[in-house]
Amino acid sequence: MAIISIRDLVVEYDGRHILNGLNLDVEQGETMVLLGGSGSGKSTLLRHILGLERPKSGSVIVKGTDMARCSASELKQLRRSIGVAFQSAALFNSLSVEDNIALTLREHTRLAPSIIEIIVWMKLAAVGLADFGKLQPQELSGGMKKRAAVARALALDPEILVFDEPSAGLDPIVAAELDELILLLKEAFQITVIVVTHELASAFRIADRIAMLYNGTFSAIGSKNEIKASTSPQVRQFLDRIPENPAKALAIADYFEKYLRSPEVNS
Amino acid sequence: MTTVLEDVGAKTLDHMDYVGRLNIQLWATLRAMVTTLPFVGNRYRWKESVRQMLQIGVDALPMVALMAICTGFILAMQGASELRRFGALHYVIDLVAVGFTRELGPLLTAIAVSGRSGSAFAAEIGTMKVTEELDALRVMALEPVEFVLAPKYLAALVSVPCLSIVCNVFGIMAGGIFMFFSTRLVPLMYLRYVLTSIELRDVIAGLVKSVAFATIIAHVGCLEGFRVRGGPDSVGRSTTAAVVKSTFLVIVADAVFTAIFYFMAKP
Repeated sequence: MAIISIRDLVVEYDGRHILNGLNLDVEQGETMVLLGGSGSGKSTLLRHILGLERPKSGSVIVKGTDMARCSASELKQLRRSIGVAFQSAALFNSLSVEDNIALTLREHTRLAPSIIEIIVWMKLAAVGLADFGKLQPQELSGGMKKRAAVARALALDPEILVFDEPSAGLDPIVAAELDELILLLKEAFQITVIVVTHELASAFRIADRIAMLYNGTFSAIGSKNEIKASTSPQVRQFLDRIPENPAKALAIADYFEKYLRSPEVNS
Repeated sequence: MTTVLEDVGAKTLDHMDYVGRLNIQLWATLRAMVTTLPFVGNRYRWKESVRQMLQIGVDALPMVALMAICTGFILAMQGASELRRFGALHYVIDLVAVGFTRELGPLLTAIAVSGRSGSAFAAEIGTMKVTEELDALRVMALEPVEFVLAPKYLAALVSVPCLSIVCNVFGIMAGGIFMFFSTRLVPLMYLRYVLTSIELRDVIAGLVKSVAFATIIAHVGCLEGFRVRGGPDSVGRSTTAAVVKSTFLVIVADAVFTAIFYFMAKP
């Protein structure tokens, strides 16, 4: 059974269609990668999956509850089963790394401080940051911040783990380490993982299935091999890294050439 | 003419919308305040309230004291230069004591807190919005109003009246120093005159005002932070707006409260 079902999702900002009737099922325990270029609507889709925004029409059903139409208390309850690692890590700068991870445990559980301390250490150890709990977020490197964000997302043992652009701003080695961490966590905790990315290498390393977004619609949904073999022009353009409008690039080159040959420059 | 009327109408609607938002935020905060109280609330949020009290109150003490001393001297000297001509120099004591207790103490404190803490609230919340920390709170099933705003409001409600009292004490003390050097009035006698000139309702009026000012400063500062859209430049604009709007609203509220107390006190 699908843990997340998106049905006819339409999102509009100021009369401009951002998402046009999306349909997608994410099965329990699978890693679904939402792949797409800048402005394709993947971050908007993610915000609707997390219930941060309400759609114009359609539904996002998470564990049987429609995120757009449920009550505030139902939404809170649902969010406790979703862990999110944001693109910018979004760690609270006023708190130490371990306090960032302990936050949800202190707010949503009645666990004793000593137990919370142990859980925090376990989560930090799971992402390889066991010795860095006392540091402030601003003392961490980019890759460490992302791992700390993952540890925080894991704090309440979520059923769904969401990553927004996990590799953004990281060098290839750290990005690859983060990919391996995602695979490891999925295997260890048996959770459903949703990853929003535009990094092809990362997507093909971690995905069970890939949903390719283009201009607010899915141009392809399938396994890694199906996506690789896809003949859809939008998918091929993205995978083969073909510029959106090559004529424009030529026009600019032409413009510069003309400018360089012009009498004003050569005088 | 139509355009002018349209502009006036649009501006009026904007201002009404702003006031409406402030009221909604105030109501939501009042409902969330229980969680920040000691013993009955969440123990970690109470700690945050205390931290905020130190920042709003204790850290502002030297500045408020210095402002009060300077204003006390100014008021005493300006009053003395006129009252001396009528042989009524002793009325300087009433002027300083009543002036500070009813009016200047709460107003000076509010201006100092607005500049220091109102801007800090807007900058902190605005930055949290830009760095996705507010979204992170929501997906962790924590409401920003409960988690960020309520401790700040509680801290302001406690700190601003306390600072107002400190401001009154330093302002009246400055008046005493002036009277000692200009008329050789001994401090103990000055204190007796002060106590006879101030009534309980003056103190209560001052405290009521300072509670209202604390509400304005905390809510305008936080609302400006929540209204941040876009990048860091927007944080700067919201910080400025927080100081300008809260100072303006503090003065308007002061006028309203002064009028209310004036008509209530009329025989």
